[in-house]
Amino acid sequence: MSEPQSKMLAALNLRERPPRPSAPQAVLTFIWRSWRKTSGNAAYLAIDSIIFPAVFLLIFTYLFGGAISGSTGNYLQYLLPGMMVYTVTTMTVYIGINLKTDIERGVFNRFRTLPLWQPAAIIGTMAINLVSFAVGLITTLGLGMLLGFRPEAGWSGVLLSMLLVMLYAFSFSWIFACLGLTVRKTESLTTMSYLVLYPLMFTSNVFADTSTMPDWLGPVVAYNPVSLASASARALIHGTAGTAAMTTTLISLGCIIAVFMPLAFQLYRKKSK
Amino acid sequence: MKQEAAVDVRGLRKAYGKEDVLKGLDLRVEQGTVYGVLGPNGAGKTTLIGILSTLLAPDSGSVRIFGLDVVRDADAVRRRIGLTGQFAAVDEGMSGRDNLVLFGRLAGYSAKTAKVRAEQLLDAFGLTDAAGRSAGKYSGGMRRRLDIAAAMLVAPDLLFLDEPTTGLDPRSRSEVWDIVRALVDHGTTVVLTTQYLEEADQLADRVAVIGGGSVIAEGTPAELKASIGSGSIQIRLADPKQRGEAEQVLRRVLRTEARLHANPAELSAQVSDPRQAALALTELSEAGIYTHQYSLGEPSLDEVFLTLTGRSARAETLKEENQ
Ligand SMILES: Nc1ncnc2c1ncn2[C@@H]1O[C@H](COP(=O)(O)OP(=O)(O)O)[C@@H](O)[C@H]1O
Ligand SMILES: [Mg+2]
Repeated sequence: MSEPQSKMLAALNLRERPPRPSAPQAVLTFIWRSWRKTSGNAAYLAIDSIIFPAVFLLIFTYLFGGAISGSTGNYLQYLLPGMMVYTVTTMTVYIGINLKTDIERGVFNRFRTLPLWQPAAIIGTMAINLVSFAVGLITTLGLGMLLGFRPEAGWSGVLLSMLLVMLYAFSFSWIFACLGLTVRKTESLTTMSYLVLYPLMFTSNVFADTSTMPDWLGPVVAYNPVSLASASARALIHGTAGTAAMTTTLISLGCIIAVFMPLAFQLYRKKSK
Repeated sequence: MKQEAAVDVRGLRKAYGKEDVLKGLDLRVEQGTVYGVLGPNGAGKTTLIGILSTLLAPDSGSVRIFGLDVVRDADAVRRRIGLTGQFAAVDEGMSGRDNLVLFGRLAGYSAKTAKVRAEQLLDAFGLTDAAGRSAGKYSGGMRRRLDIAAAMLVAPDLLFLDEPTTGLDPRSRSEVWDIVRALVDHGTTVVLTTQYLEEADQLADRVAVIGGGSVIAEGTPAELKASIGSGSIQIRLADPKQRGEAEQVLRRVLRTEARLHANPAELSAQVSDPRQAALALTELSEAGIYTHQYSLGEPSLDEVFLTLTGRSARAETLKEENQ
């Protein structure tokens, strides 16, 4: 028998069949996968979660701050929590792009023929996205503090508002996960993110108080989840949070998750190329 | 007790929108055999493999793998099969090694065992030197080998190979054949699709030819050949201009259509009896047609295939005309 063939037989001869991976095992493996891929692309991670947030924070603070709020210092106190929301909002589309890319590639077929708990693939990708959200938030906050931002509720306020913004980004990501599993072309996702996210952000209180916006925009502004999130982040970081407003925000985000997370799992399971 | 079939398909139908691809297909593959599915491009081979490997849902019909239903028991089916699709199912964003570790872990190996298995397979498939490189940068042959290695991490009971050698150079092709033979020695049942008749002839115990959405012929390669005549005669003419005349002579003597080859001086025809072939040659020379060379042999699967698809196309036309 030829040399390569005997090696092949040796490699095949393992008759043992490992047990089906448990759901947590499968999730951990997919987290490892996303991590390997992301760390192989460290430059992109740095651009998305460090450079962009820093550049936008500087632009808004120094270029528009004076015009919007009279002074840069005052404006930063208002803007920074909104900037945290802005930073992660632009990143929520990634999960959709990640999932769509996987589906378009052949590797999806292999995942589908393995005896796995299928949602593990989505959760693993989502977990790494949460890490990039956290990096983006820490960059924004750290730079903000260097520029003179002072969290009035201290570190506990900082922590709570970061958690809230993470939860918000997590819930929005599920919407894009569903879109990523339904659109025909990856480009549609990018287009959609411009058409949906930017109007939402600019009709929110991220950059400015909404009281000066035209009246007809009232309902849009009031029910805008971006507004809810940034108002709550602001309230938590400055210690002015009211129970009612917080409850509304948490319930809204909870509803988004309750609808879109199971839907994403379902869409993924049903998805065929 | 009769052994459970590895694959048992009855009345399988699948359409994409209005396009019917499989129209009531039946197939049975016994355990421990290599089964070849032959068909031209667009015949529905990939669709069939997709359904057998739980990737696609059938519209109707029953599809069982080792007695398990591919829709209801998809998970149990997935535990026993491996798939190497027409397009390599590897993660192009990761190295070859990381790919195998990933799929090993997803198959249920511990982190440590997954690494050991990855190295074993990289070595067996001649990929150790390229192990650290991104799979996206692999050549077609390397990607295919990585793909088969991934399907072999846990030796499956049943392996599907969808056009495993399409687009490979002859050397990689024979490597893939060696792998398939090694697998079969090991006890794996293999279902492979191919457009290369030689490949089915080389590897398969039984062959199904699909066309028009169902199986148009089934049997061992030898049975298939026998079913359309015991042999064929190949003729090279001295003067290509006489090929039309020669075709008519063969048709008259052998009562079958002659096949014209790419070489303008060559043609061939099925013969059921060698004595008839001799007669045909005599008639040719009497008609003043000179042959440079002739040979009598078993029909190639290529000819089997053309005859069968031609026959089924004629049957279809007849059916339509009768309607
Ligand atoms: N996802 C799909 N959507 C629509 N039509 C498809 C799809 N996949 C395959 N087809 C069509 O089904 C037919 C069979 O395709 P396929 O199974 O890939 O054949 P083969 O593998 O034998 O070349 C082709 O006509 C192809 O165009
Ligand atoms: Mg195909």
